[in-house]
Amino acid sequence: MHAHENPAAIELRGVAQRFGGYTAVEGVELRVAPGEFVAVVGPTGCGKSTLLNMIAGLRPPSTGEVHVFGERLEGLNRRAGYLFQTDALLPWKTALHNAALGLGFAGVEAAEAERRARAWLAKVGLAGFEDRYPHQLSGGMRKRVALAQVLVMDPKILLMDEPFSALDVQTRQLMENELLRLWEEDHKSVLFVTHDLEEAIALADRVVVMSAGPASRVIGDFPIGLARPRDVTEIRLTEAFLEVHREIWGLLRKEVMRAHGQG
Amino acid sequence: MGKARVRAYQLALLVLIVLGWEFSVRLGWVDAFFFSKPSDIAVRIYAWFASGEVYRHLWITLAETVLAFLSGTLAGVAFGLWLALSPTASAVLDPFLKALNSVPRVILAPIFTLWFGLGMASKVALGFTLVFFIAFFNTYQGIREVSPVVLANARMLGANRGQLLRHVYLPSAASWILSSLRTSVGFAVIGAVVGEYLGASAGLGYVISQAEGVFDTTSVFAGIVVLAVFVVLLDVGVSLVERKLLVWRPEPGQEGGTV
Repeated sequence: MHAHENPAAIELRGVAQRFGGYTAVEGVELRVAPGEFVAVVGPTGCGKSTLLNMIAGLRPPSTGEVHVFGERLEGLNRRAGYLFQTDALLPWKTALHNAALGLGFAGVEAAEAERRARAWLAKVGLAGFEDRYPHQLSGGMRKRVALAQVLVMDPKILLMDEPFSALDVQTRQLMENELLRLWEEDHKSVLFVTHDLEEAIALADRVVVMSAGPASRVIGDFPIGLARPRDVTEIRLTEAFLEVHREIWGLLRKEVMRAHGQG
Repeated sequence: MGKARVRAYQLALLVLIVLGWEFSVRLGWVDAFFFSKPSDIAVRIYAWFASGEVYRHLWITLAETVLAFLSGTLAGVAFGLWLALSPTASAVLDPFLKALNSVPRVILAPIFTLWFGLGMASKVALGFTLVFFIAFFNTYQGIREVSPVVLANARMLGANRGQLLRHVYLPSAASWILSSLRTSVGFAVIGAVVGEYLGASAGLGYVISQAEGVFDTTSVFAGIVVLAVFVVLLDVGVSLVERKLLVWRPEPGQEGGTV
């Protein structure tokens, strides 16, 4: 076992999460290698967000262990940045002050924090919008601010919880390409949760499929061999993409049907 | 309807009421002894300000109001913060707070006069008991309503407890607290005036009470008008502060687009 020489960025060992009498996930085994982009797909209510919250350290697992770069996680995961599904910006702070927030918490001097935040806002295409409050920005722009807010901290791990699901299709593909462009720069370890299989395949190195809840677990693990750099809009039309899609959908379909049958 | 038009209607209504009152008295439909009349009231108010005797009373009432408002708000916010962030304290103190808040404050006025004397302190104390609970309940609610996602996000970005308080809890509660300030000002005035009314040697409440003692209805109405204008001016002041502090809040219908 090479665990000590080359520890995974994220490793879940026999993880379960219970809320009272309800078991959300159970017996989950998952590894994300350093620099790997992994997408988790599953039907609604399969505990995908629960998984992320455990890795973030927001809610420790009921049983099992979370390991981050070889160390067992206690408390909050300081090496992870978390992009939430719903708006998580502080509505009373401008785009600039939102982006500079984490640096301020870490004790970086205000002028320096703002300089770096400004640079990141420019990088996500928001130069000129620094002084806008979140309600003055569109949904896509708010996601960009959230991305800058997380990436300015340079986390080694990026946790993403259906971050683009509330956006319209065009904005969404724009943001997906943006994400890939940023990821190509320094290859963070990414765990990207989505219910959209196409999005998962277009973005990830590996797609992990979860069963329908309750007590959902990992039931499939597919490497995605599509060449990089990718364009998420173009790649969906290639034969290789469709082939992988067909293969994974064959498995996912049953779970989706099962989730709906229960719902 | 245009703003100017609303203003015009409002003005017309005011003129109608004042003229109706004036002529009802002049034509002998109602007795001036009980109702006075607008022209007499206007003359009385003018006399008060011309002689300057009203300023002392206004000043006293203003000072009592401001002191009750500030002390009650500060204590209420601090207490609300503490209880909202400490579930144990909140569970223990809940019945006591409910019991205290259910006491009609007017009942306390004579006791406060006994404890703190006939001067300003007893009026400030009365206003405090009113303002405190408004500030307390609003702060408590504001802290409890903090979005869990925003909170989780700030924690993931590395905020410690103090930073959460400063950057998340307080700003989030601020909109609740600030919108309660206008109500609080009104109650601070009530505390001051009722206190003065029940036992004092100065203040607008005292003026009105003295006038009632000698059936001087003109002075009673003059006092009421001055008091009303006084409260409206305070309210405008607080609204200005509120608007300045809440620039981040969307106006209705001002939400961003979808793209």
